Amino acid sequence: MAKIPVTFTLNGSERAAFAEEGLNLLEFLRRAVGDLSPKYGCGQGTCGACTVIIDGETHLSCLTMADAVQGRKVETASGLANGKVHPLQEAFMEHFAAQCGYCTPGMLMSAKVLLDRNPSPTRAEVIEAISGNLCRCTGYAPIIDAILATANTRRLA
Amino acid sequence: MRVESYKTLAEAARAMGPDAVFMAGGTLVMRDVNAGESASRIIRSADPALTEIRATGDGFSIGAGVTMARIVAHRDLPFLAPVARAVGGPQVRNMATVGGNLFAHHPYGDFAVALLALGARVVLAGQGGAKPLDDLLRERGRSGGPSLIVASIEVPRPRDPRAFGFVKVSRIKPKGVSVMSIAVNLPRDSGRIRGARVAFGAMGPAPLRVSAVERVLEGQSLDAATIARAAQLAGDGLDPPTDALASAWYRREVAGTHLRRLLEKMERG
Ligand SMILES: Cc1cc2nc3c(=O)[nH]c(=O)nc-3n(C[C@H](O)[C@H](O)[C@H](O)COP(=O)(O)OP(=O)(O)OC[C@H]3O[C@@H](n4cnc5c(N)ncnc54)[C@H](O)[C@@H]3O)c2cc1C
Ligand code: FES
Ligand code: FES
Repeated sequence: MAKIPVTFTLNGSERAAFAEEGLNLLEFLRRAVGDLSPKYGCGQGTCGACTVIIDGETHLSCLTMADAVQGRKVETASGLANGKVHPLQEAFMEHFAAQCGYCTPGMLMSAKVLLDRNPSPTRAEVIEAISGNLCRCTGYAPIIDAILATANTRRLA
Repeated sequence: MRVESYKTLAEAARAMGPDAVFMAGGTLVMRDVNAGESASRIIRSADPALTEIRATGDGFSIGAGVTMARIVAHRDLPFLAPVARAVGGPQVRNMATVGGNLFAHHPYGDFAVALLALGARVVLAGQGGAKPLDDLLRERGRSGGPSLIVASIEVPRPRDPRAFGFVKVSRIKPKGVSVMSIAVNLPRDSGRIRGARVAFGAMGPAPLRVSAVERVLEGQSLDAATIARAAQLAGDGLDPPTDALASAWYRREVAGTHLRRLLEKMERG
């Protein structure tokens, strides 16, 4: 199979790696690039564990061809902490929003895009924003609380 | 498997064939790729025409590659925004295209249901003229996979926005796939319905119109008796699939109730 060179920005750094033809972005990031933060849950678009941000929008990396990010900006959960953990990560810890943690990287991506666009979301808007991310552990309430708390803390700061 | 990328839609259309599948947002095609079950050639195109939204004389021309998220955000398409918002979750809406929705298999295709009720026409790549979406969906229902590419969809603007109604019935809130979706377009002429179009999704092999219901509505006003007659005929002659969400019997049984509620809501305004 042909190998395709893919050059893109990952969490602010230029990266280049080869993708096999037809490889999805999730496998590409995990195996060729070495970023293990996006998770494989279903490979069908249903769970959202593989959610990454491409040019400011959440995408399902399992349903994206690797070479589609050529020249584009990709953000993953591993880029959130910058010297210290991101306020969303802090809030997830405080509110026990991660149990097994498998859904967490995807949840964080959906939450980040929400708060970047809408600094004061309502509870309903938070629920809508994470509606493409499944969590089999927490029952969602702690995750919703953590996202709302992050918004509140930011407003006060 | 090979992935072929073409600059223009015309080139992509020429490359199509029985061994090829066109990929747009990929939310359905990539599932097959991941499962190792895709067609042996995947055709893509970065033609900018695919992502254009243009106002035309009596409506809009929407590129087949326009995503649900862009429909939601577009200020001239408020009648379609609630329909696009009903498709998948945020990530899916950032990827899923209008064109892909016309070919999405059961129970998907909620957006196509609305387009069908609105009387949309499709423009095929490399071919002149537009043909009714009705024809495309009927042919699709018969033959399975198409080896054509839709370039754009022409959507007439509803003359009165209140004439158009849409509901998606699902079990999981806020996001769940369709038990069914219903779209109705009931333009009025001095209070009487003229040119009724009533479309159902997840009630057959592809989104379809229910002519028995349309006939009952035609020439009437939306009074209680007319709504009751329409509701009674809703499941008439339909052969919906049984799946994990609902049985065929259940879908037929509740179709009338959901149609009645939608019509009552539209009548209240
Ligand atoms: C988690 C999840 C939830 C979903 N929820 C919904 C939902 O609630 N409602 C709903 O309606 N759908 C839903 N879908 C299905 C799907 O995302 C949508 O139907 C979407 O609009 C398909 O568009 P796409 O661009 O991703 O299609 P693709 O996967 O690119 O293509 C789908 C099919 O359409 C054909 N095709 C695509 N574009 C064209 C074109 N221009 N010309 C000819 N053929 C074309 C392809 O060949 C293929 O057969 C969901 C999918 C997932 C993964
Ligand atoms: S792995 Fe991508 S949605 Fe589940
Ligand atoms: S914490 Fe386990 S799936 Fe969400």
